[in-house]
Amino acid sequence: VPNTRPSPEELLRRIEAEERQAVRGRLKIFLGYASRVGKSHRMLDEGRRRKQRGQDVVIGAIQSRLGPDVEPLTGTLEVIPCLKVRMDGKEEEVLDVVAILRRHPQVCLVDELAHDNPPGSRNPKRWQDIKELLDNGITVVTAVNLQYIAEQQDAIEKITGKRAKQTAPEAFIRSADEIVIVDVPPEDVQQGEPANPADTRRFSELRELALLLAAEVVDEQLHQSLKLQGVEMFLGSQERLLVCITPRSNARRMLESGRRIADRFHCGFLAVYVRQPGLSEADQKLVESHLALARELCAQLHVLDAKDSIAAILELARAESITQMFVGHSLISRWRELLFGNPLDRVIQAAESMDVRIFPHPAP
Amino acid sequence: MTPPRGRFKIFLGYAAGVGKTYQMLEEGQELRRKGVDVVIGYFEPHGRKDTIARTEGLEAVPRLKLEYRGAMFEEMDTEAVLRRKPQVCLVDELAHTNVPGSPRLKRWQDVHVLLDAGITVLSSLNIQHLESLNDQIWQMTGVRVRETIPDWVVDQADELVVVDVTPRALRHRLERGVIYSRDKADKALENFFTEQNLSALREIAMRHAAHEIEEKLSAEEQVIAEAGAQSSASAVSSRRKECILICIDERPSSAVLIRRGKRVADYLRADCLAVYVSPDSALSSLSQEAREAVERHLGFARNLRIQTAVVEGEDVASSLVKFARAQNATQIFMGRSLAKSWGTRLRGSTLNRVVRLARDMEITIVAERRR
Repeated sequence: VPNTRPSPEELLRRIEAEERQAVRGRLKIFLGYASRVGKSHRMLDEGRRRKQRGQDVVIGAIQSRLGPDVEPLTGTLEVIPCLKVRMDGKEEEVLDVVAILRRHPQVCLVDELAHDNPPGSRNPKRWQDIKELLDNGITVVTAVNLQYIAEQQDAIEKITGKRAKQTAPEAFIRSADEIVIVDVPPEDVQQGEPANPADTRRFSELRELALLLAAEVVDEQLHQSLKLQGVEMFLGSQERLLVCITPRSNARRMLESGRRIADRFHCGFLAVYVRQPGLSEADQKLVESHLALARELCAQLHVLDAKDSIAAILELARAESITQMFVGHSLISRWRELLFGNPLDRVIQAAESMDVRIFPHPAP
Repeated sequence: MTPPRGRFKIFLGYAAGVGKTYQMLEEGQELRRKGVDVVIGYFEPHGRKDTIARTEGLEAVPRLKLEYRGAMFEEMDTEAVLRRKPQVCLVDELAHTNVPGSPRLKRWQDVHVLLDAGITVLSSLNIQHLESLNDQIWQMTGVRVRETIPDWVVDQADELVVVDVTPRALRHRLERGVIYSRDKADKALENFFTEQNLSALREIAMRHAAHEIEEKLSAEEQVIAEAGAQSSASAVSSRRKECILICIDERPSSAVLIRRGKRVADYLRADCLAVYVSPDSALSSLSQEAREAVERHLGFARNLRIQTAVVEGEDVASSLVKFARAQNATQIFMGRSLAKSWGTRLRGSTLNRVVRLARDMEITIVAERRR
């Protein structure tokens, strides 16, 4: 594991992060793909365990409809009751932030992260209440249903046909210090109902989405922690794919194939073009259309200026932890002319931590 | 008459101590409360008090005792479970290799016997035992996992459930001595159980579970599509199916090549074929050592359900490309070592020649895994 010397900015960032960490409470989220997967149960169980280990734990909010089987979990824990507010004849529950801050426990359990407070409340949203607790040094353990994450609404609507009214922003969920996926098969969620294959499919799709979101959060945290420690390390826990564009390459085939693989692997998808001086008008046009296609297929596009295009591409590939690189024949034959030695060997040897996939020329 | 196959459910974790066995036992208990006939076929207590407590009231089928090299070993007594014929059997540590002299080599083979007899099996597995991830996990963690399980065994499970805790919580469990004894725990924390290793394994486990769900959904879709109108011009079937040809040699790196090729093929839902090019199909011109290595690689590929072939030909590049064409391969997978060492200045390397000869195919030079 190569240790690189951190730059002054990085050191500063590290110190700031540590300072923030020292005063801020930790946020831990249990994520599930539907109601009744057992998120609240896991949250309460964690509270009980922490209490057993001597931590000062209180319940800030708990769903009233959890039923009697949570009794042994909640029984030993102190509850700070929610404020009850009547809204349009309905009783709304609001986290009693003032009371919790006054009581100032080490850990507060807050169910249903995505919950709107009635107008006139201290904060419009429950996640903002939680943020206040965190800012005041209280650790919060909470639970959220994937279907109530704002940025996921388009995907959710495609699956269920419905959008949630009350949502929490994904950025807040991604800011969690710890995220735990609560995973159960669809049958367990549907218990007591006649199993409907269409419902089972919908649940499976939601389940996949939740797992992928959790994986992404874990990946982000992993790279952040490596960065903070100044460790450059290739992990390859996630596939990342880079398409190298040149004027004469079969860019359409490479990009479309890349998109398809990126969708299957749910992985990062990048494209790179190193500007070439003195291109003919026809070639310049080709490049423009390739780049347009890359954007259309949502590739993260890098356009670089460099004398040694191979070196530039390889540097980018390493910096971006690329696992699969797509190059065209045409790239190779052009390099051949550059007297860098055998260009194919150079790419293969330099890119040894990646799969290099060579694509045929476009049909003439 | 053969009974309908039992259901197969796997609790998937990313490391020892995440709670797979605990959750498996918990589910066993719940089934028992509902009146289902549940037994424990094999359970590894590891001295964990909480987990052992979860076995209370569950019947355990006595284990098979075997002597090997003067020591006594215990394995699941599959035949005894068959005689007992429960509805559900709990079998811990699916990737386990049985001691020599056992009726079957691997525990997953025992599990298959139970499933075939109509017994539902709940089992536990850590992600690092998956064959296709072996190189990646070695590269990440520095640990070469010896006990592996072919991916197709896991693909066949009716249910794969992720058992998740955060690495932080897991490390705390280790520190408190819940998972291993004190001295073993300290070593584990320094080596395999670093926060980074655990995070990476955890991410892979989540992604794998998501992938399995997607595969199941897409297989169902296909069944629905096929059962529906027999529209010949369906968009799905009109795309030519990809076929990946893996070109192996006698080097150890061929195993990496096979795993990687198979993994990519699985994700692309492509066919997969492994081939060795030799001047004679009987491999008699090879040294004994090289012949054994090639045969081992071919056997390994078949184990992963990859078709294999030995192609006769003096010239590797042209024979390979000819074969690829005959098989309608769309992609050739080659190793880096092959690309490098076969090179001669005059004729160009084999890789260069394959690239030139197979202008209509995609050629992938697989990454070198090293630490």
